[in-house]
Amino acid sequence: MNDQNLPDARGHFGPYGGRFVAETLMEPLRQLEEAYNRLKNDSAFRAELDKDLAHYVGRPSPLYPAERLSRSWGGAQVYLKREDLNHTGAHKINNTVGQALLAKHLGKTRIIAETGAGQHGVASATVAARLGLKCVVFMGSDDIERQSPNVYRMKLLGAEVRPVSSGTRTLKDAMNEALRDWVTNVDDTFYIIGTVAGPHPYPMLVRDFNAVVGREVLRQSQELFARLPDALVACVGGGSNAIGLFHPLLSYETVKMYGVEAGGLGIASGQHAAPLSAGRPGVLHGNRTYIMEDENGQILGTHSISAGLDYPGVGPEHAWLKDSGRVSYVSVTDEEALAAFHELTLVEGIIPALESAHAVAYGKQLARQMKRDQALVINISGRGDKDIFTIAKREGIELLK
Amino acid sequence: MSRIKAVFDALHASGRKGLVPYITAGDPHPQYTVGLMHALVRGGADVIELGVPFSDPMADGPVIQLACERALVHGTSLWQVLEMVAEFRRTDSATPVVLMGYLNPIEARGYEEFARRARAAGVDGVLVVDLAVEEAPGIAPVFRNAGLDCIFLLAPTSSGARIRAVAEQASGYLYYVSLKGVTGAATLDVASVADKLAEIRTHTRLPLAVGFGIRDAASAAQVGRVADAVVVGSALVSQIEKHQNEPAVLPELLTRQLGALRGALDAQ
Repeated sequence: MNDQNLPDARGHFGPYGGRFVAETLMEPLRQLEEAYNRLKNDSAFRAELDKDLAHYVGRPSPLYPAERLSRSWGGAQVYLKREDLNHTGAHKINNTVGQALLAKHLGKTRIIAETGAGQHGVASATVAARLGLKCVVFMGSDDIERQSPNVYRMKLLGAEVRPVSSGTRTLKDAMNEALRDWVTNVDDTFYIIGTVAGPHPYPMLVRDFNAVVGREVLRQSQELFARLPDALVACVGGGSNAIGLFHPLLSYETVKMYGVEAGGLGIASGQHAAPLSAGRPGVLHGNRTYIMEDENGQILGTHSISAGLDYPGVGPEHAWLKDSGRVSYVSVTDEEALAAFHELTLVEGIIPALESAHAVAYGKQLARQMKRDQALVINISGRGDKDIFTIAKREGIELLK
Repeated sequence: MSRIKAVFDALHASGRKGLVPYITAGDPHPQYTVGLMHALVRGGADVIELGVPFSDPMADGPVIQLACERALVHGTSLWQVLEMVAEFRRTDSATPVVLMGYLNPIEARGYEEFARRARAAGVDGVLVVDLAVEEAPGIAPVFRNAGLDCIFLLAPTSSGARIRAVAEQASGYLYYVSLKGVTGAATLDVASVADKLAEIRTHTRLPLAVGFGIRDAASAAQVGRVADAVVVGSALVSQIEKHQNEPAVLPELLTRQLGALRGALDAQ
């Protein structure tokens, strides 16, 4: 099976993916799939999307040669894909700009979204404001607590942030609540899912909208070092930034790929958010994929210092790429991510999101095993401004609130 | 003939409408579930839908979400739910029991193993909320081969083509979701339900049960005029929630509450 041609017509990546939702949503999902398949090849739609990516998002984002970091690590030449420089500060806007255009073409007047770290919520509120659409963002009450700057940002953008206090009060519960809202308001509402999970066609369309990242890396690699990178590293929560970077390069067999999951307090502790590293296949949020569950099939609570990775599932395409062996999935702990956060900030003057810091932490281990003439691309999926309160608190520093 | 078919045939022959109560197994505590099932039968239940609790019930409103949480606090598992059904069967061999829930707890235990054990326990049908017909071909036959009826949902958004596809794989009855929304929602538009049921009947002869939004005798009677059966869930589960700390009173309360619906349905 050619990795790049998936999913199949029914939204499957091998045994993964699919459409496991209540009947009410089946027809709206079919309509969305049909609209997307029509519009993605429509030159006017593509031109509109390209224009927004260039002039609103600020693409292309740089592929930055991190020379000091490369010297300090003493291995491969390290290049940072600067998704943190996008409008709203993360890769999430690539997808929300695309889905908002779909919403507009479908005539929907209301946007809903789920969010964990708040980056996708901000990116959704942003595009909704720009199109004059009503926007409701569902966010776990625990996440609201630890990501207050983004909550305020969403409110400034005119969105309503609805706290979700059911279940574990994090991203998975926010997604449940968004699905419940969608099933209730399906006539006028477009659900912008923020990651490559959920029922078909979401894993496919969210991937496609983020694939601009990998396409740029292909071109920029040629410009900067006149060949393909030897390895790619990206963090994986749901996995949208990772699949965006990986997908356009899947057919280049010399390019090794590493997805970095949140190891939390360590895989052995059970306190983590690493379904590919320590979970098994199951069905959650409309697709079959690797999930964290107990022996009775109940979804387990997760732990990560990074709210954006704190999710017990993962995109079904990652599940497939793990089984096929094309991508290696690894994990780093909270502590390793924190150390990488500080290191990148001090050595390169780039404050990464805690999510992206997981990729940096593994990138360091990997770079040191590589040769000096090899090129390693790390996706800096977002900036870390939103995380400074979390980090200060952890280090016993009180910031103005 | 399946127990479910026998019940609907008898209802049809006598010109009566079916009453299908839902409760979540293990709510408020696993030890009370079998007693509550018998109480529902005394109140006039024709079929019992027994909810299998799940940590992420994405199609359910707050009432049943909380019921799942109460059941899961006590560790109610799929195998325990089957034990409850087996115990219920010791004194009730007539009332069909349909397990209603989500796919993952079943997938985690394995479809063959589940189907075999469910049948042995006396389960009659399975309604998996997040199993659409498109994903059912590898799963529904396993249930059917074990002698379990596969009950599927239909919704206001279901097209004619979908209704046909669903009816082809379904047996026992079809569960029509009366509104766009989650369980326990407030609004019910009987005229549009009647229109959709008429459309569905052009595609299938399976009995049609209608649920979501039926909370009292009046709404049950209204829906009973157009459906073959009415499903009531959140209204019962709200009672359980209210009296969770005095579970001894629950059987009598549920019998009475369901009895009022039974009366309204039979009065037509």
